[in-house]
Amino acid sequence: MTATPIQPGIAPAQPTPRRAGRRGRRSDGRAASGFLAPGGLLLGLFVVGPFIAAIVLSLTNWRLVSPLPTQWVGLENYRAIIADSQFWIAIRNNLTFAVLVVPLQTILALAMAVLVNRPVRGRVVIRTIYFLPVVTVMTAAAVIWRLLLTPDGAVNSVLGTITFGALEPNWLTSTTAAMPAVVLVSIWQGAGFQMVILLAALQGVPSDLYEAASIDGATRWQTFRHITVPGIRNALIFVVTVTTILAFRLYDQVVVLPTPAGGPRDATRTMMLEMVQTGFGRQLIGRASAIAVLFFVIVLALTALQRALFRESP
Amino acid sequence: MRRRGSLALSAVMLALAAFSLFPLLIALAGAFKDDAFVFAEAGSLRSVIPEPFVGLENFRDVERRTDLFRPFANSVIITTSIVVVGAVVNSLFGYALARLRFRGRTLLVALIASLIIIPFEALAIPLLLLFAEIDWLDSYRVQILPFIANPFFIYLFYTFFLDMPVELEEAAKVDGAGPVRVFVSVIAPLARPAYATAAILTFLFSWGQLLWPTIVTRSAEVRPLPLGLAVFQTSPPVQWGDIMAFVSLMTIPTVVIFISFQRHFVEGIASQGIKG
Repeated sequence: MTATPIQPGIAPAQPTPRRAGRRGRRSDGRAASGFLAPGGLLLGLFVVGPFIAAIVLSLTNWRLVSPLPTQWVGLENYRAIIADSQFWIAIRNNLTFAVLVVPLQTILALAMAVLVNRPVRGRVVIRTIYFLPVVTVMTAAAVIWRLLLTPDGAVNSVLGTITFGALEPNWLTSTTAAMPAVVLVSIWQGAGFQMVILLAALQGVPSDLYEAASIDGATRWQTFRHITVPGIRNALIFVVTVTTILAFRLYDQVVVLPTPAGGPRDATRTMMLEMVQTGFGRQLIGRASAIAVLFFVIVLALTALQRALFRESP
Repeated sequence: MRRRGSLALSAVMLALAAFSLFPLLIALAGAFKDDAFVFAEAGSLRSVIPEPFVGLENFRDVERRTDLFRPFANSVIITTSIVVVGAVVNSLFGYALARLRFRGRTLLVALIASLIIIPFEALAIPLLLLFAEIDWLDSYRVQILPFIANPFFIYLFYTFFLDMPVELEEAAKVDGAGPVRVFVSVIAPLARPAYATAAILTFLFSWGQLLWPTIVTRSAEVRPLPLGLAVFQTSPPVQWGDIMAFVSLMTIPTVVIFISFQRHFVEGIASQGIKG
């Protein structure tokens, strides 16, 4: 992921009704409007307004530069998108990316968290190293990996050694290897962020549970399976849903890594790239807005799913 | 048995550290070594050794080929504005939601919580049209203003203030301090962890932005680093030493900031990352 931590999908905190002061019902109305004004104005102008506008635009045939008048076209844009094979290629790529990235990155991050959670020397240093890729912004990460993924680069020299030369794909120009390359870079850059969240959850698991397990003679794996994993359930749900949402936002990597943007024969075309190219390349603003709205619907569904899972927590 | 297991785990731990670190070392080494060797040695362990060492040659090259200072300064200006102004605006909003009494408060909390799920990408097109309409494209403000007020950070401050004990605030009120005074001298200093978290997350996000600047900027005058790099890496001649110098220049500041604020960084994300 771009360390885009501005994440939707946070479960609502329980609003504790611990209100300030019981003395009277004096309203802070005047102060409140002052405190709320700057944020409220900006949110209205740059979030709420544009959001409504996106929905409205998606129902028109607005073009960026066109002599023809803009018309109300109803659901025509949505119909056109759904009939467009390119859009389905993009959706399929997003899904492929999610199916690969979510389990791999979560497992890697969990492994990192468990490893640095042990009382070993140098764990703070290692934790810092695990986190460094997150600090490297995605564009820089993608550029570095372009070098590592060249046919004679580091990745192929490792792969070639392991497989005795059987597997040395041309990552950035092959239709089958381009997406795995994007996945690899994303995992490298994003795992450290998840690790931190999982690490915090690990530290919240009560230590007497581990002591009890050790007295009962549980193996390391049994302990992990029956104490650690249930203990960090919520953090795992959080990490998995957020990574899934990020998978649908995929953009930076597919623009920078393979050439051209979108990869060889659309192998790494994604929803966001499709939106940008439709809106600004082909200047079909109405249609691009419809893609944006569909994108929002996907994020909304994933967030709802996350909240449902949180609620079911025992 | 246990002992051998621990050894294996430590080996895995170090292998993962190598995986995390190796690409960064290659970039750093590449920035200081002869161009031709960066590419040629990309597949060997020699790639992490800055040899033949050319000093700042690659950096000077980048400087000659493109204006390095400009995108760097642009990124600093844009990111700093968003971080600083955003912290003020969002904390004020979150505080009012959590601690002030006014009509419609509950409704507003629900509204903010629901705004969190709107991804910025879904707003990009109408925002572009808006800024084109008022002729603001290709400027700093177009890269700053939409990112200041942020429902996620408002919510973060809101939950932080909800959990804060009320006694100190009450004491200040009894002494006759008004809401602004209470906020500035009592609340804000106590909210340092929340400010640190918001600042760090905002910084990471803002420093790395590529999509929005691609859409709204045309001239190098206002373009930030990620876009500068994206353009530079494909503009001929493709010289990997130069590219790695550019990458290093972009990454070293964030790494330095990260290492100096390490504790806040990791703990802040860990504690605020999930609530639930």
